[in-house]
Order: sequence, then structure tokens, then C-alpha cells
Amino acid sequence: MTTPSSTNAGSPTGEDAPRKQWMAVLAKAPAKRVEALATAYLEGVADAVAPRFRVLRRPETGLVMVRGRAGGTGDPFNMGEMTVTRCTVVLERDGAAAVAGHAYIAGRDRAHATLAAKLDALLQTDGHHGPLMAALVEPLAREAEERRAARRRRVGATKVDFFTLVRGED
Amino acid sequence: MYVAVKGGERAIENAHGLLAEDRRGDTEVPELTPDQIREQMKLAVDRVMTEGSLYDRELAALALKQARGDQIEAIFLLRAYRTTLPRFAASRPVDTGAMVVERRVSATFKDLPGGQILGPTFDYTHRLIDHDLAAPHRPRPCAEAAPVDEAMPRVLDLLACEGLIEPADPADPAAPDPPDASGAADREDGQPADITREPPRFPAGRDARLQTLARGDEGFLLALAYSSQRGYGRTHPFAGEIRLGTVPVCIAPEELGFEIEIGEIELTECQMVNQFTGGADRAPCFTRGYGLAFGHGERKAMSMALVDRSLRADAFEETRDAPVQDEEFVLSHCDNVQATGFVEHLKLPHYVDFQSELELLRRLRREHDARNGPDDKAEAAE
Repeated sequence: MTTPSSTNAGSPTGEDAPRKQWMAVLAKAPAKRVEALATAYLEGVADAVAPRFRVLRRPETGLVMVRGRAGGTGDPFNMGEMTVTRCTVVLERDGAAAVAGHAYIAGRDRAHATLAAKLDALLQTDGHHGPLMAALVEPLAREAEERRAARRRRVGATKVDFFTLVRGED
Repeated sequence: MYVAVKGGERAIENAHGLLAEDRRGDTEVPELTPDQIREQMKLAVDRVMTEGSLYDRELAALALKQARGDQIEAIFLLRAYRTTLPRFAASRPVDTGAMVVERRVSATFKDLPGGQILGPTFDYTHRLIDHDLAAPHRPRPCAEAAPVDEAMPRVLDLLACEGLIEPADPADPAAPDPPDASGAADREDGQPADITREPPRFPAGRDARLQTLARGDEGFLLALAYSSQRGYGRTHPFAGEIRLGTVPVCIAPEELGFEIEIGEIELTECQMVNQFTGGADRAPCFTRGYGLAFGHGERKAMSMALVDRSLRADAFEETRDAPVQDEEFVLSHCDNVQATGFVEHLKLPHYVDFQSELELLRRLRREHDARNGPDDKAEAAE
């Protein structure tokens, strides 16, 4: 019960794909939105089955060295660092193996990293996966896509149309 | 002679108090928040991140506030902060080809797949002071049009597919020979050089050069790039492509055993196309210079690309006779935190050093007078 499962290590890429996707969504979403949706979701969970977490690795801020490539596609080089905050929690479960949840989130927001680690653990359990994807991950992904699409339309309006004058003469 | 220099603690404390008061300025004027700096002084924040070599918008904005807007002081604060943190990982090399583009222009091809995307630019403004900005101001809503393409092909690939430019990958048979000085492939651990952990050595690999230039002072690199355009080590450049946008950053933590995305960062990339190389056994082709900066930093990325190309003189068997081609000169002097440390330390007390200089000078003058008789200038004045 106290040993977190380590089913993730070394598993093939395909198997990890859904988890990579929700971890990316949780990392990129604004912390306030993750918190709002997570709070709403957890309030709806009956007290009897409320998840119990143990912090395995307290949220800690460190650095990731960002690498680029010479010429965009050549040899790698170290470009500069960025801040990142990581956290690991364990979801305790009665009558089932504990589940480890991890988070690495750009920036220095410890609450965001802690919450993302808890959600990562919950998302790995059969009971929470479906509802949490629907209540949290999918809406966050949708919001990100909407923000991106709106930005792409505004950026698209700055595209140079070299043929405007020619068309005007028609 | 030992001279104990003590005292000044109270003066220092009070000077810092005065600094804090002056930083706040007129209290009738609302205080700046780091959020305001982050949102409205974006390019200042981006430069601090690039040269501070630390991507963290909130921290760079706070550093600018603390530094009263002094960029190098803010960069220094960021560099100092990063030394307090452990490094968790190095990222996978970011894929700028998959960048979500905010701006992308080419000075070499008018029509290209994806088009010329101007994005948020000062280019084509008239550089007239806009007095409307003096009052609270709400910009008019942006125009919208068909969304910009998801990913833009690299402009230089249009040249590369015809073999008209040297390949970016040094493993390619068509790459320069002799190649650029040692990179990751030549190192024992197979990792790119890291100038934050190893002392500099010359000749440096292109990896160490690019890392040094990426955090190098924009003004210094701009001046060097300009000198190369004016003829001190001419490279005949064209801005093949400048792109600004966001890329995901991925790491593979050991405890997970697979790669995860930790967030997105904004980057500016410049690909310079420079004049030819070639020889008896190789058809002539264009050469490359590369620049990459955190956030929106076109002047920096362009300068970096020009200097990168100039420093590749050996790869193209060019004579090194201009300052911009002198690797040791450029790399040893482009860091503004190092430079400011050495220049500004001159204002710290040098009382003992100076006393010994003064003693020496007095002795030399006594000896001079003993040889040449008393000071005749003093007599002439009478």
C-alpha cells in the first residue's frame, strides 16, 4: 500500500500517450483554471471516497537547460535555462496499490505543480479517469485550442498579400 | 603596510534606504507592479531573460523593477538567482520548425509557403512619438483573417533541397570540410558544451560559441555584426528567415521514463544566408549563420546570426583579420555581467593600491629631479 506503483517506467511510447497528453495540458493551462476546475470536480466527489494524498516529493523549483540546434536542425547547443517546479504525490487507495502522480511545470508555481501531481495520480485510476478527463482535461485543452485559434486569426490578418494591387487593376 | 578598512556600514545601509525611496519615486504616482512590467514592457523583459539566460517572465519583470529599469543590473540579478537553483534536466532540443508562428518574414523570397507574416512589429512604423499613449489608451480591436498556418516550412529548406546552401547537419556529406570546431559528437559524454559548468577553451566548438552568443550583450553583438556589414570581415548576408513564436519544451524525467511537455516558451530565430563557399571538389553553395533568443528579440537574433557566421571563418578557410572573426576576442568580451563586473569594480576602494602607485610616482620624480636639477618649469613660471 505504501509503495507507489511504478508501472510507468520503461513502458512504450504508445501506452504513455494519453498520460503525456494530460500532463501537457495540465502544465500549459493557467494555474487559476486548473484550480477552479479541480476544486469544482473534487467538491462533487462524496466524502467517503475523497482521495487521500501523501506528498512524496515536496514541490521544488529548479532549472531545465533549454537546448536548441545550430541552424535549427544541426547539432544541439545549450541555449539558456528556464525555471520549472516539480512535485510527486502518492494517492493512497484502500484495497488497491497506491498510485504515484508526477508534475513538472514551467515556472515557479508550487501550488500548480502540487495540484497537477495530484490530478496526474487521479487520472491514472479507473474511477476518476473518465470523469476527470471530461470535467477538467478536455475543457482545458479546448480552451487552449480556442485561445490559439483566436491568436492565429489575428496573426493571419498580418499576412502580406503581394497581389492586392494587381487584383485592383482587373 | 596593512590598512584596515572598516566602517561605512551605516552609510551603506542608509544609501540602500535612499535607493529604495528613489526607486519608488513620487508617491503621488501609482507604483508599478511586476505584472504591469511583464505585460507592457515585454521587450525589456525578454532581453533580461535572454541575457540573464533564464526564461521566467515574472522573475525578469521583478528584476527590472528592482533594478529601476537598468537592464544589465536586472540581468545580473537573474544570473545570481539561477545559481541558487538545482538543474533538474536538459530539454530535448526544441523544434523551431514546428513553432506556432506569431511572425515570420524572409528577405530572400517574396512568395513562400505560409507567406510573409508581419505579426506584432515596429517595422514600417514612422518612428513618430505617439502622444495618444500619454493618456490611458485602449487599442482598437485587431483585425482577423484566415488563421495563419499551423506550422511553417523553413525558408532555408527551399535552398537546401536544391543543394544551394550548406546543410545544417554537420554529419551530412555536403557539410563544410573541415567542419566547425568540435561539438557534442567529439565530447566524451556526447553532450553539448556547457559554458556555465566548464571553463572556456579556444578554439571553442560551435555549441559553446552559440551558447555564449545567446547570452551575450545585445549592444556588443550588434556593433560587431554592424562592423562585419561595413567591411571588417564581410560575409554578404541576407535575412533568409526570421521567425517568432512558441515551441513546447520537453524533458524525460528518470522517474517517468518517458518524455513530457513542461510548458511552452517564446523564441525568436534568425537564419542568415551568407555568400558562398566551395572549391575544386565541392560545388559552390550559400553558408549559414544562426541566431536564437528568448522571447521577442530580433535585433539580438540577427546580430547573433551574423557573428556566428563570422566566427565560422575556419570552416570556410577564410582569413581571420577582423575583430568579429576573432573568437577569443568576441567570446571573452560579449558577456555583459562579466564586463560590468570588471569595469565597475574600479569604483570600489583601491586606496592601498593607489597609495603604492603614488609612492612610486613620487620616488620616480625625486630621481628625475636629482638627475636633471631642480624643476625649471617652476622657475620659468616666476
